[in-house]
Amino acid sequence: MTAAFGSRRVVVTGIGVVAPGGVGTKQFWQMLTDGRTATRAITSFDASRFRSRIAAEIDFDAVACGLSQRQIRKWDRTTQFAVVATREALEDSGILGESVPERTGVMVGTACGATTSLDREYAIVSDEGSTWLVDESHASPYLYDYYVPSSMAAEVAWLADAQGPVGIVSTGCTSGIDVLGHAMDQILDGSADVMVAGASDASISPITVACFDAIKATSARNDDPTTASRPFDATRDGFVLGEGAAMFVLEEAEHARRRGARVYAELAGSANRCNAYSMTGLRPDGLEMADAISAAMVRARLDPADVDYVNAHGSATKQNDRHETGAFKRSLGHHAYRVPISSIKSMIGHSLGAICALEAAACVLAVEHSVVPPTANLHNPDPECDLDYVPNIARELPVNTVVSVASGFGGFQSALVVTKPGWRA
Amino acid sequence: MSVSPAHHANRTEADLRVAPVITGLGVLAANGIGVEEYWAAVLSGESGLAEITRFDPAGYSAKLAGQVDADFSALPNRLMPQTDHMTRLALLAAAEAFEDADVDPHQLPEYAAGVITGASAGGFEFGQRELEALWSKGGEYVSAYQSFAWFYPVNSGQISIRHALRGASGTVVAEQAGGLDALGKARRNIRTGTDLMVAGAVDGSLCPWGWLCQIRSGRLTDATDPAAAFLPFDRRAAGHVPGEGGALLIMEHPEHVARRGVDPVHEVHGVLAGHSATFDPAPGSDAPSGLRRAIEQALRDAGISPREVDVVFADGAGVPHLDAAEATAIAEVFGPRGVPVTVPKTMTGRLLAGGGPLDVATALLSIRDGVIPPTVNIERPAGHPIDLVRDTPRETPLTTALVLARGHGGFNSAVVVRRAA
Repeated sequence: MTAAFGSRRVVVTGIGVVAPGGVGTKQFWQMLTDGRTATRAITSFDASRFRSRIAAEIDFDAVACGLSQRQIRKWDRTTQFAVVATREALEDSGILGESVPERTGVMVGTACGATTSLDREYAIVSDEGSTWLVDESHASPYLYDYYVPSSMAAEVAWLADAQGPVGIVSTGCTSGIDVLGHAMDQILDGSADVMVAGASDASISPITVACFDAIKATSARNDDPTTASRPFDATRDGFVLGEGAAMFVLEEAEHARRRGARVYAELAGSANRCNAYSMTGLRPDGLEMADAISAAMVRARLDPADVDYVNAHGSATKQNDRHETGAFKRSLGHHAYRVPISSIKSMIGHSLGAICALEAAACVLAVEHSVVPPTANLHNPDPECDLDYVPNIARELPVNTVVSVASGFGGFQSALVVTKPGWRA
Repeated sequence: MSVSPAHHANRTEADLRVAPVITGLGVLAANGIGVEEYWAAVLSGESGLAEITRFDPAGYSAKLAGQVDADFSALPNRLMPQTDHMTRLALLAAAEAFEDADVDPHQLPEYAAGVITGASAGGFEFGQRELEALWSKGGEYVSAYQSFAWFYPVNSGQISIRHALRGASGTVVAEQAGGLDALGKARRNIRTGTDLMVAGAVDGSLCPWGWLCQIRSGRLTDATDPAAAFLPFDRRAAGHVPGEGGALLIMEHPEHVARRGVDPVHEVHGVLAGHSATFDPAPGSDAPSGLRRAIEQALRDAGISPREVDVVFADGAGVPHLDAAEATAIAEVFGPRGVPVTVPKTMTGRLLAGGGPLDVATALLSIRDGVIPPTVNIERPAGHPIDLVRDTPRETPLTTALVLARGHGGFNSAVVVRRAA
């Protein structure tokens, strides 16, 4: 392996998206720039007994998306999303047949893996928790694939014709950035020339809703689901659970140039930190997230003043929005007060491990279209969140450098820098 | 060499090729808790496989496991209600590894240390309890800890908090191969700016729900005699025995080791010299398995030839066609019977993500003491062209070991560790 961080670069040549509001990158971007929201009352199961009964669900027609009956029966919804998003990304990049399988890898991020299937299968084999039926033949033949989420990475690898490094990166709600950072490092250090990478989660299920109910992390604005996700707003009361996937074709820049690929953007830097403080709690100073931002900028060889747009974590919990506002001020200094910042979770909810990959897609598209998506539902700014969060209406502006951030359970704090092709020296 | 402040470093070309030094080990397995107890058991051929007692295995087709029942009294009381069994084991392993490395992570600079663990299914026993509460009683009975006690990176998060590790951290999953990939990822972190990493995996889910899931892999043996159950490379091979446990390593940049006054040659366990991960071609393809390529790339990465490898710690699936594929890959690279091969996990069971790191720890102890541990219970070798070390330890000077791990679905990972020089 030649360690060649100095000369190699990583570019995005394909995007695939499955998101609330529509399947496909085009619909996703249209919805974000329109400022529409996809949060609603939960329909996928009877949520009447839960505290939070709202989510950003996808009206996912697996057959229309090209999956076979066997695939639909076998795969957890998370894998279905990952595969559909991967197909779009592969097609978009035209990489199939132009890459060497041994030099192609796959990394998929996820927070919950096949939790929805495990929840369902548990209810079946335990007769809804009443008796433990030891009868093995009662259990799904696909149970082991649900148990170990790497089965999803294997499906994506077969689709992408990848025989290089393949795996799952899981860091809770920062998975979507950390997986791109890991894939990027594998191209930079020469382990692969092409990485198909992104993240998927589809865990709007009773167990997931219950576990966020237990810590009151989710919004209980059940009477007004479409405006329930209110990042940076004084009336925010928690996040709205979402689902989705975004997958990318990442290539070493010279590899992309040689085959004449369309280049959307460059992944210029990423970094990850831990707060070593609490599995769920955040301190208002945002110290570790600030350091992740600074470290990612140093790796990208860019200065805070270069940042044209910040894609916030903006989960709409009381503590998060304060925490990251602190982190922006600490890492970007005065520039934090000038740069537009927005949270697309206001529109598509918080899809846990997948969301940062969806946010990365929004960042790449912001660079591509010179438009930044808004923060919907922001009408009563929280005085403690006193930056420019692009309320409600998308904004046209030149976007050459974007920072995307994430904060997650386990104390993980991550940052990703995306730049316009050719922008960075 | 100039090293800029650790946490914001764009490191030099030399840093990007550096082989991390392994300065600490923490180990738990069914045949021994703690490095020395485990190593003594391994050398005496003592197996920890037995009928499960954690729950009643009657009625299941598989009944044997490598169970680890440790004393958790060293852990703070407040951690007990919020952790799964495997997380508690991981916290014990991390503490042992830090003690062995003689590092107090609280004294390190900010962001200078991180943790990468491999995982397979998260805190599954904890998850089973909460699923039961949800379905039998209702959502309001689900624990406030469920959201992070089950999730895959739980061990990294809890180790980070307990040892004040604030640098680059995370978790990777590639079934049994994931533990070695965690070491590879930790090496990247060291090369790109983190001075010290806790890396490896401690895993397991010995609970009825986890057991059912593992049985559905179709790879568990239904044997009931622990001495004739998990038999890799044996004609009688018919599946494996799962276990729990694993190993966590302290890996450091050699300059960091020297800076804290430790001799980076004589006072350490060895170096992580090479790593490679590959994926098999799609099922039904004629293309060869990715395992041979993983071995060759890991050797190239370490800058060594096959001749320089003194021992191979095999994956040892205990499934005939997988054993044959592994034996073929080893023989193709090293020649027929060209290198000693061993599977000490015949004494611990297969530990999901924990297995690879445990083998790496075992390999480092082998190098230290000049002895290859045995593969126990192999009475009828399947006739593969490999030199399997059976029955008793083999004493021989050792410098370099290759460790292999394969994950269900086609994941291959290979690591080379060497004596520090």
